[in-house]
Amino acid sequence: MTDLYVWVVLAPLIGSVIAGVFGKSIGRAGAHWACILGVGVSTLISGAAFGHIVLEGGAAFESTLYHWGRVGDLTLEIGFLVDPLSATMMFVVSFVSLMVHIYTIGYMRDDPGYQRFFSYIALFTFAMLMLCMSNNFLQLFFGWEAVGVVSYLLIGFWFQRESAIRANLKAFLVNRIGDLGFLLGVAAVLFYFGTLRYSEVFELAPSLQGATLSIFPGADWSVASLICILLFMGAMGKSAQFPLHVWLPDSMEGPTPISALIHAATMVTAGIFMVARMSPLFEQSETALSVVLVVGAITALFMGLLGLVQNDIKRVVAYSTLSQLGYMAVALGASAYAAAIFHLVTHAFFKALLFLAAGSVIIALHHNQDMRSMGGLRKYMPVTWITSLLGSLALIGFPGFAGFFSKDAIIEAVHLSEVPGHDFAYWCVVIGVFVTALYSFRLYFLVFHGKERMDEHAREHLHESPWVVTVPLVLLAIPSVLIGWIGIEPMLFGDHFGDSLFVLSEHDVLARLGDSYRGEAAFIGHAFATPPLYLALAGVACAWYFYMVRPDLPALCARRLAPVHSVLVHKYGFDLLYEEVLARIGRGLGSLFWRIGDRILIDGMLVNGSARVVGWFSSLIRQLQTGFLYTYAFAMIIGLVALMSLFVFLRMQGHS
Amino acid sequence: MPELPLLSLLIWLPIAGACWVLIAGERGGAARSIAFAVALVTLLVSIPLYTGFETDTHEMQFEEYATWIDAYRIHYHLGVDGISLPLILLTTFTTVLVVLAGWDVITRRQAQYMAALLFQEGFMIGAFASLDSILFYVFWEAQLIPMFIIIGVWGGPRRIYATIKFFLYTFLGSVLMLVALLYLYREAGSFAILDLHHLRLGLTPQILVFIAFLLAFAVKVPMWPVHTWLPDAHVEAPTGGSVILAAIMLKLGGYGFLRFSLPIAPDASSELDWLLIALSLIAVVYIGFVAIVQPDMKKLIAYSSVAHMGFATLGFFLVFRLLDAGDVQGAMLGVQGGMIQMISHGFISGALFLCVGVMYDRLHSREIGDYGGVVNTMPVFAAFMMLFALANSGLPGTSGFVGEFLVILSSFKANFWIAFLAATTLVLGAAYSLWMYKRVIYGPVANEGVASLSDLNRREFAILGALAIAVLVFGIWPAPLLDLMEPTVRHLVEHVGQSKLGPGL
Repeated sequence: MTDLYVWVVLAPLIGSVIAGVFGKSIGRAGAHWACILGVGVSTLISGAAFGHIVLEGGAAFESTLYHWGRVGDLTLEIGFLVDPLSATMMFVVSFVSLMVHIYTIGYMRDDPGYQRFFSYIALFTFAMLMLCMSNNFLQLFFGWEAVGVVSYLLIGFWFQRESAIRANLKAFLVNRIGDLGFLLGVAAVLFYFGTLRYSEVFELAPSLQGATLSIFPGADWSVASLICILLFMGAMGKSAQFPLHVWLPDSMEGPTPISALIHAATMVTAGIFMVARMSPLFEQSETALSVVLVVGAITALFMGLLGLVQNDIKRVVAYSTLSQLGYMAVALGASAYAAAIFHLVTHAFFKALLFLAAGSVIIALHHNQDMRSMGGLRKYMPVTWITSLLGSLALIGFPGFAGFFSKDAIIEAVHLSEVPGHDFAYWCVVIGVFVTALYSFRLYFLVFHGKERMDEHAREHLHESPWVVTVPLVLLAIPSVLIGWIGIEPMLFGDHFGDSLFVLSEHDVLARLGDSYRGEAAFIGHAFATPPLYLALAGVACAWYFYMVRPDLPALCARRLAPVHSVLVHKYGFDLLYEEVLARIGRGLGSLFWRIGDRILIDGMLVNGSARVVGWFSSLIRQLQTGFLYTYAFAMIIGLVALMSLFVFLRMQGHS
Repeated sequence: MPELPLLSLLIWLPIAGACWVLIAGERGGAARSIAFAVALVTLLVSIPLYTGFETDTHEMQFEEYATWIDAYRIHYHLGVDGISLPLILLTTFTTVLVVLAGWDVITRRQAQYMAALLFQEGFMIGAFASLDSILFYVFWEAQLIPMFIIIGVWGGPRRIYATIKFFLYTFLGSVLMLVALLYLYREAGSFAILDLHHLRLGLTPQILVFIAFLLAFAVKVPMWPVHTWLPDAHVEAPTGGSVILAAIMLKLGGYGFLRFSLPIAPDASSELDWLLIALSLIAVVYIGFVAIVQPDMKKLIAYSSVAHMGFATLGFFLVFRLLDAGDVQGAMLGVQGGMIQMISHGFISGALFLCVGVMYDRLHSREIGDYGGVVNTMPVFAAFMMLFALANSGLPGTSGFVGEFLVILSSFKANFWIAFLAATTLVLGAAYSLWMYKRVIYGPVANEGVASLSDLNRREFAILGALAIAVLVFGIWPAPLLDLMEPTVRHLVEHVGQSKLGPGL
C-alpha cells in the first residue's frame, strides 16, 4: 500500500519537475500533459483510497516511508497516514486541483510562462498532499512551509508587476509570523510528549490535563492551551484568520487559476485541516477552543463586511473566502470538527467554481476585473452565468445547496456550544449570513444582470469561454449543488470520519444536534423556522434592490455613511498598520542597530577606539625610545635599582 | 595494500599541489588546470575517509602519530571523529567549487591565487584533523596567511583596511588561545587535545582558560560584538575568498568551541553559558535586523552568516541547561543541530556568495539598487538563487531548515523565551533573504546593465548545481550526516556533563 500511496505525492512532483526543468524542450502540451497526468494519478488513487477507507469502512493506513534523521532516542520520519480525514482531504485536493489544471490550459493560453505555471501548480498540489497525508509533525511542517513557498512563487508569478512581487513577499512574511508560533507549538509537542508522531502524541494527549508551564515568572500557563494556541497561530497564517488575514486579498495578484487553488482546496484549508487533525489536543483546552471560536467569529463577520465595498471581482470572492474560513474556524472552536471539514469540502467545490467563473468573466473581458465595467453578461456567457448562479446559491446557503447544509450545521453547532465566547460567535455567524448573501448577489447582479457597462470594443468580443474552461465549471457545479445533500448525514452524524476526529462528550455539539436530526428534508424544513434562512433571503433582496432597482442607492449610502465606508475601504487599517508602521519599525530598528550599534559603538568606539588607544600608547613608548644609547643605559640602571629595592624590600618583609 | 595515511595526504596533497602551481607559474593557463586536478584528487581522497568511517564509536579514527618536537612533547598527531569529519568533507568539496569559480574571473596572477586556495585547503584540513593543540595552533594561524593574501591582493578598493581589520581581530583572539594552551601544558604536561579533555581544573583557571578560548573562537565564528570584521572582509574579498571564508573558516570557530572550550572547561562553560546564549540570540535577532537594511548584497549575506552561526553557538551552549534538567536527548539535539547548521551554512552561504559573484562578474556591482529584474535576462540563475535564498530563510526540504529546526526544538526544552527569540529567524531570515531577492531578481528590467546580462555558463551552472544538490539532499535526508556525528556528540555531551573541578578546589 505504501508503494501505491507514495504515488499520490510523487506523481504531481514528477510532473512538476518535468514541466519545470524540461519545459522548454517538451513544449506547452508536454508540460500540461505531464502535470495533468501526475495530478490525475493522484486523483485516481485518492479516489480509490476514499472509496476503500471511507465508503467501505476499511482500516486506516499508516506507514513510514523513510527515516529522516535520528538524534539520540528521537527518530524523525517521513510517513503517511491515510485515514478518513486525510482520505477526504486527498480526494478534494486532488480533484479540485485537477479541475484547475484543465482550466489553466484555457486561462494561461497566451502566457509566456505557461510551463512554469504548470510546474508551480503541480508542485503546489504535491505540497498540499504531503501536508494532508503526513503522520507526524515534522512532515506536516514540511508541507506547511512548502505550500507557503509555492504560493509565494505563484502570487509573484507575474514577476514584472510591482504589485505582484509586493503581494507575494507580504504573503510569505505574514505566513511566517504564523509559522513562528506553529514551530514553537511543534517544539512544545516534542517537549511534552517526546515524540512527533501523531498516534503517540494523541494517545498521550489526556496527560496534558493539569500540566502547567511558567512562561512569565509567577504566571502558570496550561500546557494544553499553550500548545494549541501556538499551533493555531500557524493556522491563523495559513487559513488567513484575523489579524493575519492581510495577505489573502493581495494574493489575488496571481493568475486566477491559482487564486482558485489557493482559496478553495489548498493552502487556506491547511489551517482548518490541521486543527481538525489536532482535535485530540484541542479538546484538552477550553481556552484554546475559545480563542479559535472568537478569532473565527471576528473573521467570519468583519472580513465579510469588507467584501461589500470591493469593486474588483476577484477581491469580492477573496473576502468571501476569508469570511467562510472564519465559519470553519468557528466550527472548530465549537468542537464541531466534522462540520468544519464538511464546510471545507463544500466550500472547496463552490469556491473553486466561483473563482473559475470569475476567471472566465475576466478572460471574456480581456483581463479587466472591475465590476463597474461589467453587467448583463448572462446573454453572452450562459454556462458561466448558470454555474455562477449555482455557486452563489451554494455560498449563501440557499436551502438544498451544498453550502446550506454545512453552514447551517455550523450555526446550529455554535448555538449549542458552551465554549466561552459562543454568544458572540453565534451573533457573528448569523449576521454573517446576511452579509454573505448581500456581497455574493451584489457581485452576481453587477456582473450578469443590469446595464452592459463595458465599452463598445469589449462588448463586440464577448463570447463564452472555450470548453477547457467551461467543463471544469460544470464539473464543479455538480458537487456544489449535491454534495451537501449527500454528505450531511455520514459526515456530521454518521461515522464518515471514524476515529480520525476526537471530541470529548461534554463538547460534542454535533451529537446533540444529531439527536434531533431527522433526515435531509427535515433539516431543510427546520431551516424555515430559524433566522439564517430569512437573513440570506433578505441579503439577496437587498442586493437586488440596491443594484437592480435603485443603482443610485449604493453611492448615496457610501456618502451618507462616509466614515463607515472609509473604514471598510481601508480594510480597518490593517494594511496601513503592517506596511507603514510595523515594516517601517523593522527597517528602522535594522538601521539603528547597524548605524549606531555596529558602526558607531562597536567599530567607532571599540575597534577603532582600541586601535587609537594602542596608537596613543605606542606614541608614548616612542617617546621613550629615543635611539640614544645613554637613555637606554639610564633606563636599565633605573630598572635594576628598582628591582633590587623590590627584592630587598620583600626580603625584609619576610624577616620581620 | 598498506593503509594509506589519508589525513596526511589530505593536508599535504593540496599544499604540495600549491607549490607545484606556483612553480608552473602563469604560463599558458596551466595553473588553473593543475589546481583543479589537485583539488579534485583531494576530494576523491576524502571519500574513503567517509566510506571507511565507523559510525558506531566516538573514538578518533584514521589516527596518525609521530613525534615532532620531543622536548615539549609536541606531536604530529592527527585523527578524525564525527565532529571533524563532516567539516573536512565540506572543505574538500568547497575547494573544488572555489577553484572552478576563479577559472575565468581571476585574470591577474592566477597561479598565485590558485596556490593560495590550495594552501588554505591544506591548512584548514590540518586544523580540523589535528589532535595536538600546538599542531592545531600552527594550522589555525597558518590559514590566516593565504586568506590575508587573497583579500589583500585580489580584493576590492578598501582591501587594505579590511585585511588589517581581519588580521588584527583574528590574531589578537588567537594569541590568548596560545597563552591558554601553554597554561594547560603546564598543568597537564601534554599538548594532546584528548589529554587536555581529561585534565581536572579548578573553576577559576577554567574560567580564565574559557575566556581565552572564547576570544579566539568568538572572533572566528564571529559572534556579536566581535563580528564587524566579517562584513568588511567579505565585501572586499574576491568571490572565492568570500566562499572559503563563509563556508569553512567561520566553522573553525564553532569547531573550536566543541573541541576545546566545552570539553576542557565544562564547568566554566556551564557557569558562563548564559553569556554565550545571550550573545547567540543577539546574533540571531539584532544581526537579523541589521541584515534587512543592508544595501550591499555581500554585506547582507555576511550579516546573515553571523545570524546563522548564532544558531550553531546557541545549540552548543544550550547543553548545560538541558543537562541540568537531565535531558541528554535535548542536549544532543542542540549540539547536532548546531553542527548541521554549520555544514548547511557552508553550502548556502557559499552558494549565495557565488550567486553575487556571478552578477558581480557581469556588472561589477554588489549594490542591490543597481539591479532589478534579473530574472528576465537570467532565468536559470534566478531559479538557483531562489532556491538558495529560500534555503537561507530555513525552508524545510533544504539543509537550512534542519539545523535551525533541531536547535529550536532543543531551545524550547531549555526555555520558552530562548526558543521564541531563536524562532524569530523564521520571519527575519525570510525578510532579509526574500526582500533582497525581490529587489534584485524580480521586477521589470531595471537598467541597461541588467538588460545586457547573459545567463549562467556551463561552469557556473555546474558549480551552483552541485551546491543545489547538496542543499536539497541534506534537507530531504539529513540522516547520514546525523548518524555520522551521533556517537561523537553523545560522548561529548556525556563528557561535558561531568564536572572536572580539581580535587580540593
